[in-house]
Amino acid sequence: MDDTTLERSNRPPRAWPDEGVSRVPYWVYSDPEIYRLEQQRIFCGSSWAYVALEAEIPEAGNFIRTFLGEKPVVVVRDETGAINVLLNRCAHRGVEFCQAAHGSATEFMCPYHQWTYDLRGTLRAVPFRRGVRRQGGMPEDFRLEEHGLVRLQVARRHGVVFASFGEDLPPLEDYLGATMLQYFDRVFDGRQLRVLGYMRQRIGANWKLMFENIKDPYHASLLHVFLVTFGLFRADQPSAVQMDESGMHSVLVSMRGEQKASEGTAEMKSFRADFKLADPRLLDPVREFSGNATVVMQTLWPNLIVQQQSNTLAMRQLVPRGTGQFDLMWTFFGYADDTVEMTQRRLRQANLMGPSGFVSIDDGEIMEFSQQGIEPFPGDEGVVEMGGRVVRNEDHMVTEAAIRGFYQHYRRIMGL
Amino acid sequence: MPTDVELRYEVETLYADYAAALDDNELERWPDFFTEDCLYKLVPRENWERNLPVALMLCESRGMLRDRVTAVRNTAVYAPRSLRHFISQFRIEDEAPGHLRVHANYLVLQTLANDLTRIQNAGRYIDLIARTESGLRFKQKICVFDSVLVPNSLIYPI
Repeated sequence: MDDTTLERSNRPPRAWPDEGVSRVPYWVYSDPEIYRLEQQRIFCGSSWAYVALEAEIPEAGNFIRTFLGEKPVVVVRDETGAINVLLNRCAHRGVEFCQAAHGSATEFMCPYHQWTYDLRGTLRAVPFRRGVRRQGGMPEDFRLEEHGLVRLQVARRHGVVFASFGEDLPPLEDYLGATMLQYFDRVFDGRQLRVLGYMRQRIGANWKLMFENIKDPYHASLLHVFLVTFGLFRADQPSAVQMDESGMHSVLVSMRGEQKASEGTAEMKSFRADFKLADPRLLDPVREFSGNATVVMQTLWPNLIVQQQSNTLAMRQLVPRGTGQFDLMWTFFGYADDTVEMTQRRLRQANLMGPSGFVSIDDGEIMEFSQQGIEPFPGDEGVVEMGGRVVRNEDHMVTEAAIRGFYQHYRRIMGL
Repeated sequence: MPTDVELRYEVETLYADYAAALDDNELERWPDFFTEDCLYKLVPRENWERNLPVALMLCESRGMLRDRVTAVRNTAVYAPRSLRHFISQFRIEDEAPGHLRVHANYLVLQTLANDLTRIQNAGRYIDLIARTESGLRFKQKICVFDSVLVPNSLIYPI
């Protein structure tokens, strides 16, 4: 599909509401043409998308199978220690040649006709290339080097691997910008990471609702009774919403408070002063990062949420699966030098997160309720006016500024 | 000493009662099936087979089981649903004096309001059962599920 299909289509014109980013038209969550354009311009465009942690592929030959947007890719470390991100599609007939979720290899062979590629994606062997008994075979001018796997651009920083289908990309550090880089380096400070495991869920909602959720501190004080009650994230605590210059990336930063009532909790129906844990080991956070922040939730365009809530650390990778669903892939990690106690603390606090998380259950469910409410009404629009109608950094939580920032960038990339 | 048949009857009755408590939404009874120092885990097979320790649910005591019940009842927001457990293929072995190792398969169906009944989770139990004064109790229950993906939320214990 080319970029002008939208203009040519017979559907009602897709015009963004006149109010700008303080409105989000509901067709962005359900129109298949919008979705196709997103795949092309956002996920296959000039963005650095998260694909892996280096700790998942520590040795030469180690690979994982993952997705960039909807496109299946293999992330592999080669003999030189370099990391290659290859489209998981044989150059011959398009077979998704790698079916293992992870493993170790010296080469990739497509099972269909045994075309064989090295770990950089270069085609090394084609069976019967010269034919059999001088019959058949590939044409004389067939060149192996012209039929390699599609190889993506790769950027790495402190153990995190990003990839892109784009060509003219800024360095990752410039792409993130100084403010985002500072928060990124707070968790990824160069220490060796240790993968603690995975959680993966399929959520019946448009992928953008996930980003909106993590860019929205307004809901956290209201929806998440668990967070509010235990002071893990609450509107009356010192906090901030910051963005990069474009608005595409953001962080929500907050400081843990006490379980006590305050002026702010009066409006939080969800605050429960009487709720006590039977086993308080569940919430026994220790300070491990510099500065006062105890929660930093960072959203990086186009597919990553870096979660640091107390001592639970995870990459949440978004994989869109059509207009009305996406997969959320959680990779929990700690540091290689963590004590046994610290690892156990991270595992306990993982009870807050994922498909069964005391906090994340709410988000997964609410996103589906949103999609159900939105999908039948593509002509209507949502209101995003909390904290004003502009895009700017704030030092409080009562704002939807980062959602507006996201759509400011989205409109630019999508031409909407 | 119970005979093999009696033991099997006893074990299967425990699982039938356990499933009934969950299916009948009597979540408050769930911790009663465990010993005080129990371990309960819900883990994807992917993590289990690779010795990756993260679990969707991790409870290291009956207190943590109670905390999970309190959270599900009082703090979590989710669409109403009903569940039905099917537990089968029991393999029962003596592990240590007074302790049984039980492997079983499970299938949990979930029905959301206004939707079809769907498979919510399928996998196996790897359990350690202790014979206590009040009967058989789970000292360890590890639920290892087969699928890579789960359908949105797994709210109730399995």
